[in-house]
Amino acid sequence: MGMMWGNDTMTKEKVLLNVEKLTKVFRISRGVHLKAVDGVNLYVKEGETLGLVGESGCGKSTLGRCILRLIEPTEGIVEYDGQAITSMRHKQLRQMRREMQMVFQNPYSSLNPRMTIMDSVKAPLDVFQVGTPKERIEQVVEMMKIVGLDESYLYRYPHEFSGGQRQRIVIARALMPRPKFLVCDEPVSALDVSVRSQVLNLMNEIQKEMGVAYLFISHDLSVVKHVSDRIAVMYLGQIVEISDVDELYDNPLHPYTQALISAIPIPDVGDKRERIILTGDIPSPISPPAGCRFHPRCKFATQRCKTECPSLKALAAGHAVACHLY
Amino acid sequence: MDNKVILEVNHLRTYFETKSGVVPAVDDISFQVREKEVFCIVGESGCGKTVTSLSILNLIPPNAGKIMEGSSVKLEGKELTNLPAKEMYDIRGNDISMIFQDPMTSLNPVLTIEKQLTETIMRHMRIKKNAARARAVELLNKVGIPSPEMRLKEYPHELSGGMRQRVMIAMALSCDPRILIADEPTTALDVTIQAQILQLMLELKDNISASVIMITHDLGVVADIADRIMVMYAGNTMEYGTSWQLFKNPLHPYTQGLLASIPRLDKRVESLYSIKGTVPKLSLEMKGCKFASRCPYADDRCRKEIPPLFDLRDAYGDGHKVSCWRMERKYGNDVGE
Repeated sequence: MGMMWGNDTMTKEKVLLNVEKLTKVFRISRGVHLKAVDGVNLYVKEGETLGLVGESGCGKSTLGRCILRLIEPTEGIVEYDGQAITSMRHKQLRQMRREMQMVFQNPYSSLNPRMTIMDSVKAPLDVFQVGTPKERIEQVVEMMKIVGLDESYLYRYPHEFSGGQRQRIVIARALMPRPKFLVCDEPVSALDVSVRSQVLNLMNEIQKEMGVAYLFISHDLSVVKHVSDRIAVMYLGQIVEISDVDELYDNPLHPYTQALISAIPIPDVGDKRERIILTGDIPSPISPPAGCRFHPRCKFATQRCKTECPSLKALAAGHAVACHLY
Repeated sequence: MDNKVILEVNHLRTYFETKSGVVPAVDDISFQVREKEVFCIVGESGCGKTVTSLSILNLIPPNAGKIMEGSSVKLEGKELTNLPAKEMYDIRGNDISMIFQDPMTSLNPVLTIEKQLTETIMRHMRIKKNAARARAVELLNKVGIPSPEMRLKEYPHELSGGMRQRVMIAMALSCDPRILIADEPTTALDVTIQAQILQLMLELKDNISASVIMITHDLGVVADIADRIMVMYAGNTMEYGTSWQLFKNPLHPYTQGLLASIPRLDKRVESLYSIKGTVPKLSLEMKGCKFASRCPYADDRCRKEIPPLFDLRDAYGDGHKVSCWRMERKYGNDVGE
């Protein structure tokens, strides 16, 4: 397999994807707008995993889709390997999609129920006209081995598979055009615990073998911790903290990150952790609070937080936070 | 700890008739719920945890499934499985009430919160509208909803997910039930809201007299709240004990596997433990231990004979029950049922 991917000398240092001031505004009705993504800056290095965490409605899926231009961003730049995706024309963009693929949350709706597994997984190769038809089939067979599915499954239909198997199929399909970057939008949250760990391990192995970088979107902080090298925390369209994974869990700085981490239920008894229980609900992104968007739920909020929106400041190497406390 | 037993389930079997044969969704389950305790049923999708709770309430759709002969569900000594429909209406809501997973679909979108709450109260407590309204306000206060008078006039879509789940809890508590069944009450909620609802349930546990049966797939949630836990797999009980027994001394290979599969905040491992294979298709033809096909220790006997629930004693006390043949070898302590 190493030969097929020819990527043994990958380095983890080169920036593969760079996102600057990315903004997406949806128009709800006349005069009513929703800023789902608000001036996001981030980068993903070659072969690494950037975890993107946040609660429902924080804009994490929209951000993932804007990066691939599945949704057109309103403003901002996305650069992949030095090329600005955001200003590409359709034809060029389409070629670019070979390099960047997506895995969706629900493996039940992301496979066409009327296509065999072979047809679904082979589709990306057909679209990009890779090799001869015979070679394409061989590549699909090889990919099935990589994701741990039996070759005999290839001519079956999606309904014959369990959720975990379907997610393997979806991953296989995304990997077919040999991408270097995958946006994974909650890839394991529809799966049961015992199957979830199988898929997470598979994704880790694939990354090691093929050097593919992941933007791993999830609401589950324990899963994100397990797969990520770095983590970005999102709240109401903005990145509030971004850091190396161990640093983030050992030393969370933003009050929201602190609450998120302390809210994770730990499967053990006799756990005497101090819990931070946030009061109130997540405000509607249609009319977000002025100033720091987290201030109505923050126990450290001051007058300044109510009026002035903090920007992301780098405090240590690889650790930035958007909070007036620092 | 040893409070009076309030609900007793014995040899419960609920089978469903399907085109491809009979599916034993719940196959011979026995457990007891004591007064004022939180009893958790844990398992993955399809393990029969929800069917167990629906069987307790006698809510299995008659054209699809059936509680089999020999099953028994006793509420304070009163048999529920053969109760006439009319009497069962009074049990539901009055004695046993239920909170469902999805607060979006379990409230009626075209009725105000007031209408839905007072309807239940008036029906079960047989009181007048004004008294019912006062009771509704009191309940919303109890579950931590600010300005309850205002909220009563609103429709479900005006409330957030967390608020809706609070309303569902208020409704379930409205008639002071003996038992509250909560089926995945926090699964549809965000982490910070889940923490709020769990906190609320812990507070309520001390303030109400009801026992809680909580059904969930999330062992993390269970650890916070449970007194005793039953782990289910493919319609059978795998392990049963206090939360200390289950978390500090898990004995069944399935429980051990589940716990090891969860990525932990306090540990970083290269590769997660994973239970091989997938959940088997349920059928009456299955022999032996249901977990045998995925168990790293399974031998011929496991594949042929169903292990009994061995009743063991460990450092955390009596009553640690494990359905695994290895326990017989390990302890030589066969006091199964």
